[in-house]
Formats: sequence, structure tokens, C-alpha cells
Amino acid sequence: MAFLQLKGVEKYFGDLRAIKGIDLAIEKGEFIVFVGPSGCGKSTLLRLIAGLEHIDNGALTLDGRDITHAPSSKRDLAMVFQSYALYPHMSVAENMSFALKLAKEDPKVIREKVERAAKILNLTPYLERTPRALSGGQRQRVAIGRAIVRAPKVFLFDEPLSNLDAALRGQTRVEIHKLHRDLGATTIYVTHDQIEAMTLADRIVVLRDGQIEQVGTPLELYDRPANQFVAQFIGSPQMNVVEGRHLPQVPDVPAGGFVGLRPEDVTVQAAAQAAAGGLPGTVELVESLGAETLIYVATDSGAQIVARQATRTGLHNGDRVGVFVEAANAHRFDAQGRAARAG
Amino acid sequence: MAKKSFLTPALLARTLIAWAVTLLVFFPLGWLFLTAFKTELQAIAVPPEVFFTPTLENFHEVQARSDYLLYAKNSLITSVLSTLLGLAIAAPAAYSMAFFRSRKTRDILMWMLSTKMMPAVGALVPIYVLAQHTALLDTQLGLIIVFTMSNLPIMVWMLYSGFKDIPPEILEAARMDGATLWQEFRQVLLPLGLGVLASTGLLCLVLSWNEAFWSLNLSSAKAGTLATLIASYSSPEGLFWAKLSAASLMAIAPIIVFGWFSQKQLVQGLTFGAVK
Repeated sequence: MAFLQLKGVEKYFGDLRAIKGIDLAIEKGEFIVFVGPSGCGKSTLLRLIAGLEHIDNGALTLDGRDITHAPSSKRDLAMVFQSYALYPHMSVAENMSFALKLAKEDPKVIREKVERAAKILNLTPYLERTPRALSGGQRQRVAIGRAIVRAPKVFLFDEPLSNLDAALRGQTRVEIHKLHRDLGATTIYVTHDQIEAMTLADRIVVLRDGQIEQVGTPLELYDRPANQFVAQFIGSPQMNVVEGRHLPQVPDVPAGGFVGLRPEDVTVQAAAQAAAGGLPGTVELVESLGAETLIYVATDSGAQIVARQATRTGLHNGDRVGVFVEAANAHRFDAQGRAARAG
Repeated sequence: MAKKSFLTPALLARTLIAWAVTLLVFFPLGWLFLTAFKTELQAIAVPPEVFFTPTLENFHEVQARSDYLLYAKNSLITSVLSTLLGLAIAAPAAYSMAFFRSRKTRDILMWMLSTKMMPAVGALVPIYVLAQHTALLDTQLGLIIVFTMSNLPIMVWMLYSGFKDIPPEILEAARMDGATLWQEFRQVLLPLGLGVLASTGLLCLVLSWNEAFWSLNLSSAKAGTLATLIASYSSPEGLFWAKLSAASLMAIAPIIVFGWFSQKQLVQGLTFGAVK
């Protein structure tokens, strides 16, 4: 049996069925990321696991113990909140030792554990300060420290980086990654940012409307998305999905179906130099990001396609171009958006 | 201030209006203060005397005629205990409304407040009969219960608005850290809500201390509060303005001194949720 097992978990808010029967098995030591657009239920699902919301149907077991209706305080889970949720009236050291004090640990052991966690997180100089006197990044580290001193069975992270600025976000992301590597603790991490999901996860759970769309490793989701939603949610800029009739170059597309192309599988050439067989179109926008260039093209047949190339381009808005696609890497979806394998 | 401070007409007008309102509010208190130190004859003199030789005679007589300390003790006990009892009931109610909101929370709060819109005299007969049958008439306990009930809606409202300013995640974090309900309340909510708890307590202390309607109707010689002491000086035998003023002054002096020192807390409490 899996370490953490969800079976048919459901949650209603009034008449609204927010979580629609989730089945999920999480192994010990795994880093699982719940990802999905706003309102998909990813935070609710995390709160159900945390015991902060009541599970209406289904069962939740942790390490062989049924915790479906156990109160949060008895689940042995630690959570890092988006708003940090530090105790403002306590010092950093008191924040980090609160759980251990409640568990009536030996004060000497508590001090050791807090000092060790503070060292890992570079918080040693700040132990006597109150959260008010810390920067956002430091507060976030205290929140993480509060979780790790307890050595809980599972770490829960609820969008922990969304209140940080971009530079700090990247840095903290790397720290969380290293921390997981060093501690090997089972972790569930909620985010709407697919870059965080791709970089941190052992496995990603893509959610939509309270249901799981697909579970898999980051590259599985990238290379073999189960449907058009996952295909377009994972990857940035998102996958081009155009009606099959626009791209006769791609064979075996189901009738009324769609073709999906990652931007890196599309190349654009100026019409004058373009080889035969290119899809004629007009450049709508060029985004030069330095390391890569994104070219947005409207084809004459009415499709919108974005191409990504590692080289710079001489193309400008309004230029006539030919669009070429790597048919071998194309994804095919049927009329309902489900993935269809070629041939 | 080194900067130019110039008196614009608007500023002047506002200052004058502010002073006028202040004097208007203060006048009865000031007059009360003066009258308390006059003789009965001076007190009813027309035109009123503003300059006179003060006397302490009224205070002697009030103390001689009625036991001030007994009434003061009753006031103190009933207001303090009703405040503590009220906080003990209102805090859990406000906690559940602020942190476990349901669709009915707003309605319940409005219903609670609506009970304050009913004239108290409407409930006088049933409450009097109830007190009589339960032997609570003219007892401190009877007054404590009634004071608590009449203050509860305001207490719940104030605590609710104060608690709502506390991020619920902090309490959730405590739960995740293994805190029981009591530990969550005692170690997290109480320290964070100390400000609003204190100002709610202060306000209710003042309200209970000043309460006159119920203490006049439900108590007399044994459990009477200072409000009943004052009222006893407007008796059928005639009004004794000077003594009435002296008694009033003695009744309100403690709460004025108390209010003066706690006004910062009080103002903060009354504006909870209104300003950040």
C-alpha cells in the first residue's frame, strides 16, 4: 500500500462539488506537485489532506493509518502557508519550536533541533527576532524551518513562493529542491506555476475542475500529455493546437481532430527564402528574449502559431513567411481533445 | 514647529466648532462638579453663582445618609464580573463566527444586534417576574446576569470584528503544529486578540458601571449600584441638587479616571475593522 493514499476523496461547498472523487497514491519520499489553473481545487485538495477542511466522501490513509476524519493536530503533517502564517507574537526560535513544545519534547532536544534547522536555512542570526523584523524571504524560510524541525511524515506546501519577487522565487525554489534532496521527506507542493512544477516534482498531478487530468513525471507530461488541456498547461509558451485541416503535413489526425506542436518544433522562414511545402502566413509579433526568440505567426488558413528558435531573427511584424513543422514530434488530439497516438 | 503655521478661515471655523461641541458635552459635567461643592441654597440660586466658597458638606451628608462604599462595592462587583462572564461567553462565539463562517453568520450577527434595538422596558415585566421567582431580585448575581445579557450583542460584535483581522492561517498553522482547541485559543488567539479583548472588556465595564435602568428596577438596598444611590436623591421629598451632585460625582469619578487612562484602548476597540 502506498504511503499516502487518497481513495475517492470528495468535497462539497454547499451544492458545489469542488473535489470530484480523487484517487491518488503517493510513495514515501516522493515530491508531488499539484498544479492547475485557479479554482481547479488544488489548494482545497491540500487542505483536505491537511485536515483543515472536512472530507465529505472517500478515504485518506497515511502510513497504514486511516486519517480521513482525524483532526489536523493528530495527522503528523506540517504545512507551509502562502502567507507564511508565522506567529507574530513569538520570536523566530519560538515559532520554530512551538510544535515541539506542544509535543512536550525535552527543552534541550528542542534547542538542538531549532539550531540545526536554523543553520540549514541560514536563520541563526535571526533566532531572537520577531517575524515583523524579517524580510519576505526570511519569513518564508522561518515557515519552512517551522515545518522541518518537526520531522513530520509529510510536508505540505501551499503556493509558498507566490508572495516573493521573481529573483527570490527562483532562489528559494532551488533551496526547497536541495532541502528535499537532503531530507528525503515526502512532500506535496501546490502551485499554479508550471515552471515550479516541472523543476521540483518527481511526479506532477494536473488538476482541473476538481478532477485529476493526468499524473506523471514532468517529462512524461511534456512528451505524452493525455489531453489537450495538459498539453497546453505544461510548457511555456504553451503548445500550439490547431485544427488538423490546417496542417496537411501531419498525417493520421483523427477526423475533426487537432494537431499539437511545441513551439520548438515549429520553424519560420522568410517567404522569399522559404523552401516549398511551407505553410504561408504573416508575422504578427516577434519577442526577442536574448537566449531565444518567439515568433507569432497568423497563417493564411486562419491558424495562430508560435515558433521558438534559439537564434535571433531578422523578421519583423507584417513580414510574409513560410511555416514548417516537425511532423514526427506532432501530438494528435481527437475532437474531444483526448490524445490520439499516430498510426 | 518651525514651519509656517497660518490660521486659515476654514481651520479657525473648525477649531471654534470643535471647542463649542466640547464645551457643550463638558458643560453638564462641569456644572455637576461645581454644584457638588455648593450649599443647597447656592445650588438653586438665580442667577447661578459661578464664584463661591466651596464646601465638602454634601459629601459628608451623602456618606452619613447612605453607605457609599456599599453601593460602590456593588457597582464594582457587578460590572467586573458581568464583563468577565460576558467575555467568557462572547469570545468563543466570536471565534466560531470569525473563523468558521457559514452562510448564516451575518444573519445571526444582525439578529443579535437587533435585540439592542428593542426598548429595554419591553422586557422589564418578564425579567422582573423571572428574577422574582428565582430569588435573584436585589442580588448581585441577578444584576450580573442581566448586565451580561444586555452587553453580549455588543461584545460579540466587537470581538468578531477584531478577530476577523487576525489571519485565519495563523490559527490553522497552530492546528497543524499539533495545538488542541484550548492551546490554539490560549497560546495563539489570546495573545493576538489581546487588544480587542481588552477594549471590549473596558467598554463593557463602563457600560455596566453606568447601567441605570436594570439596576433601578431590579435592585435596591442590598445589591443597589451607584446608579440607584444617585436616584435616591431625587426623592418625593424634593430635589437636593447639591447632594445629588455630590453623590453623582462620587459615582462617576472612578469610571472617569478609569476611562481617562484607558481611552486609547477604548477608541482603538470602537474603530476595529473600520480602519487598519
